[in-house]
Amino acid sequence: MPLVFTIALRNLFHDRLRLIATVIGIVFSIVLVTIQMGLYFGFGRMVTTMIDHASADLWIMPRGTKCFEDPSLLNTRERYRALAINGVAEAIPVVIGFADWRMPSGAMTPVFVIGSDLRAGGLQPWDLVEGRIEALTSAKAVAVDQTYFDRLGITGIGATAEIRQQPVQVAAVTSGIRSFTTTPFVFMDVDRARAHTGVPSGKATYLIVRLSADADRDRVRRQLMSNIGDVEVLTPAEFRERSRTFWLFGTGAGAALFAGALLGVIVGTVVVAQTLYASTKEHLNEFATLRAIGSSRRYIYNVIIWQALLSAVIGFSIAALIGDAVVRLTAGTALPIVITPGLIAGLFVLTLVMCIGSSIAAIVQVTRIEPAMVFTR
Amino acid sequence: MTDPLLEAVNITKDLGSGAAKVAALKGVSLALNGGELTLLMGPSGSGKTTLLSILGCMLTPTEGTVRIRRQSTAGADPEDLARLRREHVGFVFQSFHLFPTLSATDNVRLALDVRGEPSRAARVRSREALAQVGLAHKTRAYPRELSGGEQQRVAIARAIVGNPSIILADEPTAALDGTNGQAIMTILAEIARERGRAMLIVTHDPRLLPFADRVVHIEDGRILDAERGGVREMLEDH
Repeated sequence: MPLVFTIALRNLFHDRLRLIATVIGIVFSIVLVTIQMGLYFGFGRMVTTMIDHASADLWIMPRGTKCFEDPSLLNTRERYRALAINGVAEAIPVVIGFADWRMPSGAMTPVFVIGSDLRAGGLQPWDLVEGRIEALTSAKAVAVDQTYFDRLGITGIGATAEIRQQPVQVAAVTSGIRSFTTTPFVFMDVDRARAHTGVPSGKATYLIVRLSADADRDRVRRQLMSNIGDVEVLTPAEFRERSRTFWLFGTGAGAALFAGALLGVIVGTVVVAQTLYASTKEHLNEFATLRAIGSSRRYIYNVIIWQALLSAVIGFSIAALIGDAVVRLTAGTALPIVITPGLIAGLFVLTLVMCIGSSIAAIVQVTRIEPAMVFTR
Repeated sequence: MTDPLLEAVNITKDLGSGAAKVAALKGVSLALNGGELTLLMGPSGSGKTTLLSILGCMLTPTEGTVRIRRQSTAGADPEDLARLRREHVGFVFQSFHLFPTLSATDNVRLALDVRGEPSRAARVRSREALAQVGLAHKTRAYPRELSGGEQQRVAIARAIVGNPSIILADEPTAALDGTNGQAIMTILAEIARERGRAMLIVTHDPRLLPFADRVVHIEDGRILDAERGGVREMLEDH
């Protein structure tokens, strides 16, 4: 084992209390950053869940649409213009909107209606645990998620309620389709969605475009934009990005999450810097001895940096375990914390950088050591 | 006559500044030769430690020249001085300055590690150095498990493991009882004699005089006189 590493390790474990304080600082910091960034990714994923699950090659939407939940409308006659373009196999209207769900008890709760041509399958409910998609084509039929049974005042398949004074009946039940707004999604046929949200019959929120197998998406997209006025045509990736940008940055939610993460980094840096500085001060005599027997400054810096790196690895390992537990705990919630391999790698690098950055104060202190002080101590 | 291994010529050193400025050394010249054990004696505040620091390249003189193996230290930056120390000078300190968290072997190995010597070879050499000072059986011991005399022996092993040509010792027996002090001085004298090293020992202790080849007295920043030939030399003559 390199002696520099041994010295760093022993210095670190020499004062257990200080080591605990350092590790707590790192763990607190990294867990906070993990949660904030996990929420960021989770939120980013939740706001695009409908786009992710739609079977679309292109989305046609009113110009200026900010996100999937934007209620702006376009004329359904654009559908026929779209279908007239070579390469367009289908153009499926989607209607969305908020509505009030009246429970059998008479109580009301807001819901988010999603209507699509269920025979064409543009945007259907997924992860069904009861009932079938085909059942939704029958009159009054809707699909809801089992998570919201209590909110909707129902117990399962066959339950009835009213939306905009019109009766609905639960014909299919999904699992895990949750909204970050906590407003339950209610899937139904597009025509009934219009009736339940008050959208006029000639209007739709989106047209989901499916291309024929040999179609050139970019060419079709250019033609759609030139043939249909006052709409935008986005790829799923672009629509995802637009929705995510709106919710994360247009609303300030992302900035708040980043601010929290930054706070975590600052707290961690200060705690680690303080403890490393104190540790270096305590071992000043040893560092002066090293200098006296001819070590280079770099040798001593390496000891301090190794101490920082060891603290980082210990702190990160514990933080990773806590982060994993938090991910499991929030997995079924409306806003799960999502940790990706990239985020883990990023957090590890951040921990290393934070700890090495924290060692600067200690290094500056060591730079000032006079080797001759060994004669006076 | 061979060139001295360490030579200080007309050294002055001012400490502090302004009204608080003190001339710690006032034109000191001293040469240390290989195979010679020199004692530097003088009262507190006489400039012994300042001179030792300058000879050991830990302090730079205000004026004058220090030459290690004919190489002048003038104009050397702190890293150059550190290199000179690790290549040519071994130090023994009054309070040992061992790392409490390292074993005896690792404490000795430090002197080689700072030179970038490979771990395995350094470990072997460190054990050999410990054997040389009579601590072959304590290689794994930590400083807290060693007596004062044993700790000083570890420090001596650290000073000699890199085979420096110059050994500078600051009151190496001051923290030890008489028996241990004599044992340490015997080891140091052997080291100076056998390997042709130049050794300078700063001390107050007149009991060390028999070990000296030369005694240099310093007072008020000036060298008063240098006596050549200690008891050891006289005994050897007979």
